[in-house]
Amino acid sequence: MDAAETVVKSPGQGQALLISLILLGLFVLVWHLTTLRAAFNPRGLTAEQLQTLEFNGDIVRASDGRYIYNPEKVQGFPGPWAVVTKALEEISHAFEKKGTNDHGIGHLIRYTVTRFAAGFLSASVVAVCLGVLIGLSRTLYQALNPFIQVLKPISPLAWMPLLLYTVQNPTWTAMLVVFLASLWPTVANTAFGVSSMRRDYLQVASLLQLSWSQRLMRVVLPAAAPAIVAGLRISFGSALVAVVPAEMLLGELGVGYLTWIEWNNLHIAGILFAIFVVGAVGVTLDAGFNRLARLVTYTE
Amino acid sequence: MAFLSIEGVSKYFPTLEGATTRAGQSAVFCVFKDVNLRLEKGQFVTLIGHSGCGKSTLLNIVAGFEPASTGGVILDGREVTSPGLDRMVVFQSFALMPWLSAFDNVRLAVRAAHSRWDKAQIRAETQKYLDMMGLKGAEDKKPAFLSGGMRQRVGLARAFAVQPKVMLLDEPFAQIDALTRGVIQEELVRMWSATQHTVFMVTHDVDEALLLSDRIALMTNGPEARLAESFDVNIPRPRTRETLIDTAEYTRLRNHILHFLMRGSHALAGRDV
Repeated sequence: MDAAETVVKSPGQGQALLISLILLGLFVLVWHLTTLRAAFNPRGLTAEQLQTLEFNGDIVRASDGRYIYNPEKVQGFPGPWAVVTKALEEISHAFEKKGTNDHGIGHLIRYTVTRFAAGFLSASVVAVCLGVLIGLSRTLYQALNPFIQVLKPISPLAWMPLLLYTVQNPTWTAMLVVFLASLWPTVANTAFGVSSMRRDYLQVASLLQLSWSQRLMRVVLPAAAPAIVAGLRISFGSALVAVVPAEMLLGELGVGYLTWIEWNNLHIAGILFAIFVVGAVGVTLDAGFNRLARLVTYTE
Repeated sequence: MAFLSIEGVSKYFPTLEGATTRAGQSAVFCVFKDVNLRLEKGQFVTLIGHSGCGKSTLLNIVAGFEPASTGGVILDGREVTSPGLDRMVVFQSFALMPWLSAFDNVRLAVRAAHSRWDKAQIRAETQKYLDMMGLKGAEDKKPAFLSGGMRQRVGLARAFAVQPKVMLLDEPFAQIDALTRGVIQEELVRMWSATQHTVFMVTHDVDEALLLSDRIALMTNGPEARLAESFDVNIPRPRTRETLIDTAEYTRLRNHILHFLMRGSHALAGRDV
């Protein structure tokens, strides 16, 4: 590895990490304080009223005989501890299947990632091919550009009813929504990367009389690779945005659907947990992307 | 018949829309007109002209990147119609693939030139040319981590490695600092005398032309540039920059070219030679 490429740890990095941790601590603290419920105060309540509350399950007797709020009956916005408890509980049986709709979080992540990968990868292949064609031919670019301009701003979710009607299968529909969500940014960026490629690379390729496929694999794609990866990254984000509502609306099992199930259960801690899972899945996949980007980026 | 002959080549570009054209005049822009130049096998010929006289365009026509508007180029008895491995260009911009190491840049060319060779042969040949250009130790570096001089060494190694019939040098040292330029120029002479390639170079550097060339052609200013004259450089080889400056012939030719560039090219522009 070249010296210039090795990452030099800057002195500011430790400080930044510290600030991040402090911010996280502050966030959790504020969250905890704002969701904190004062201990149950029986003063001003008659024995009859207390009995009703106990009967309704709002309060229970603690081991020392005093009334406390029922920890089983959560009301209002859950605090951080409730979410952590929920998370630990979910993770402890991540790979269980308790029923048709009650699959462990491990399975749900797998469903979402598989669905996402299928839609995103197939879209990427199509988009890169299309982008290269458009990028290499000015005529084709001008012919296809109006269509792309019209199709690009359409929310991938807008296609969903039509897709559902056409393919009549929610699994395929969810995948196609992801496909559509990840198509256009890659097409546009690939076309840009290919068309703005320096002309002398192609001149060298023609001097060396490289075949069509060699020219594509050895010159055009590597030259456009940084732009392609940038496009894939935008696609990736928009596909990740689309997969969650697609699952919600279609009732396809996955982390997006989990948020909806938890909403139907009125389990707010569950919703928060599901949101964190969506975030975690996104961060993990994005880290993979960073690596890919580093592999193909070059300096001129 | 000369080894490489440029026969009555002219280049016209269509003018941009809205450009002032008087009625009756065709909306074309003439870069240069009726250029004739012949190169013998193994000769080093340099074309000198001001920027914008179309000398790089002429080189591109010889390379096959652009078609000539009239006339044509004949190399070794065959007309040039498209780029090919028999003519390698050394670019002013180096034109190295930035995602490939120095070694892989040269290997790409060796592989293209010898498609039937096995991997070991290709590696050995690549290494041979890298060593010849003094690139030992820099093989694994990407172009971005090489100096301009080193990059053009890679460019030259790539061109020589293909063993083309003609080498086309397009202001190859213009982007290299003056001190390094001299060293690489002398290395180019060494490589050229060892391999006996035919070389066609365009430049606006007079000293470079005198150091390297067997023959020098002078081009007038564009538009409608013409080849004004061409003459042999009768300075004995081997030449180095040091011995060159004490040669009377060098001083004479240098003054002649400089006079041409300062006055002559303006006076001669558009005039029949």
